[in-house]
Amino acid sequence: MMGNVNTTSESGSQLVQIRDLHFQRGSKRIFRGIEMDIPRGKVTTIMGPSGTGKTTLLKLIGGQLKPAKGTIEVDGQSVSQLSRAGLYDLRKRMGMLFQSGALLTDLTVFDNVAFPVREHTDLPESLVRHLVLMRLHAVGLRGARDLYPAELSGGMARRVALARALILDPMMIMYDEPFTGQDPISMGVLLDLIKTVNSALGLTSLIVSHDLHESMSISDYVVIVSDGKVVEAGSPDALRNSSSAWVQQFLNGASDGPVPFQLDAPDYKDDLLGSGSNTPAANGSVAR
Amino acid sequence: MINLFQKFGRGWLEVFERFGRAHMFLFQLIAALPSLFGRWGLLIKQLHSTGVMTLLIILVSGLFVGMVLALQGYNSLVRFSAEEALGQFVALVLFRELAPVLTALLFAGRAGSAMTSEIGLMKATEQLAGLEMMAVDPYKRVFAPRLLAGFLAVPALTAMFGAVAILGGHLVGVELLGVDAGAYWSQMKSEVSFTHDVLNGLFKALVFGFVICWIAIFEGADCVPTSEGVSGATTRTVVYSSLAVLGLDFVLTALMF
Repeated sequence: MMGNVNTTSESGSQLVQIRDLHFQRGSKRIFRGIEMDIPRGKVTTIMGPSGTGKTTLLKLIGGQLKPAKGTIEVDGQSVSQLSRAGLYDLRKRMGMLFQSGALLTDLTVFDNVAFPVREHTDLPESLVRHLVLMRLHAVGLRGARDLYPAELSGGMARRVALARALILDPMMIMYDEPFTGQDPISMGVLLDLIKTVNSALGLTSLIVSHDLHESMSISDYVVIVSDGKVVEAGSPDALRNSSSAWVQQFLNGASDGPVPFQLDAPDYKDDLLGSGSNTPAANGSVAR
Repeated sequence: MINLFQKFGRGWLEVFERFGRAHMFLFQLIAALPSLFGRWGLLIKQLHSTGVMTLLIILVSGLFVGMVLALQGYNSLVRFSAEEALGQFVALVLFRELAPVLTALLFAGRAGSAMTSEIGLMKATEQLAGLEMMAVDPYKRVFAPRLLAGFLAVPALTAMFGAVAILGGHLVGVELLGVDAGAYWSQMKSEVSFTHDVLNGLFKALVFGFVICWIAIFEGADCVPTSEGVSGATTRTVVYSSLAVLGLDFVLTALMF
């Protein structure tokens, strides 16, 4: 199933609506008319091979990048047409968890979590302390309040970042590869947290990941993206039973299939005999 | 041949594009400055890390520069039996040229490079993107306090450099080489004009501080967010700001004196 993908929910229950989205970086076209709906109040995971622009999609939704064409609506507001002030107002209601945690390294854990509250409100410090300790308790790191980010493990940093993302009671949280490089215990803790936080606080969670089993286990809705388009979307069970060879290759991790093992390249024999070009630009894969 | 022209043209286009980007950046930076009113904590923190942390290197350098000036000045002046003019010579050279220029060059090497690498690493570790996503404007929170701090710190450091260098000159000229202390101070007092020499020197320092911080912050914010990109940006900060200081010094000297 290519192109327009809708959930089974009724109209208006979509928090994010993406229509005919085009985006390119340099000469590389990342999205070619992608369409997607993210249902409100659910955990949605966007999956796809590396380099398909999953993180770019989060940045587009958060307004950090502007699309070349098409619209992204978040809670009824078109992100690319908002003024800077409007965009900042919208971002106060969105949390984002970066892969690295993106904690401010010159502040302690406590000050990092308190940061959005201190920046955006005039709450008295005693109330800020309560709010921060409650969020830190929820992620199990109340005891780490005086540590600096450099003293935290990767999993702990992400949990602190989650506490920070939650502190302003957002309507939506976006997670960028939350499970990468986590040991099994940290992974379990994060999975539990994402699920619990989503249901307890009535959030909408949007996860970008290629950790298949972990993501599918907590997702209500999964969108698979490849080659600038949505390949298939639906509940985890519906995807497992999909008849698409591509989806089956992706879910089963087969090395060859509709997704070729070899990237487009000149003829192997020609290449070895030296008649091919040796510049990386010839493959169009220069990363900046 | 055409390839050569293309490469040359593309190179210059990139230079102009970057120059234009730096100016757009500066306009946004200046527009963010009023947000600092009432948020003095941010400014004080940056004044500490850019100004106070640079103080030691400035004082030590100032002392030695003053000592060397006195030594060289004495050797030249004594041939004409004019060693009483040593105080005037040391003070004029310092306030008009050496104090603002050397302070600016040391500031670029110590604080400018640190500013670029700090901002570059904040970009590489997604801290700047994180601020944006928390609806916090990095121009107001990160860049503007650094610009204002540098703008204020360089003239203050220049004044201290000058004061310590004059003491260094006194140490060598009066204590070591035997120039009359009364002549050293009175010549300086009568021949050095506060408005023409001292204030003009401090004005130079204001301009240098502003330009160094603009270059340092822009290079950090515009760098490629990799370890190689950050190191390249740090080097460019020191090179560009040193050249800018020396070039601007010539222009300002031509206009002022």
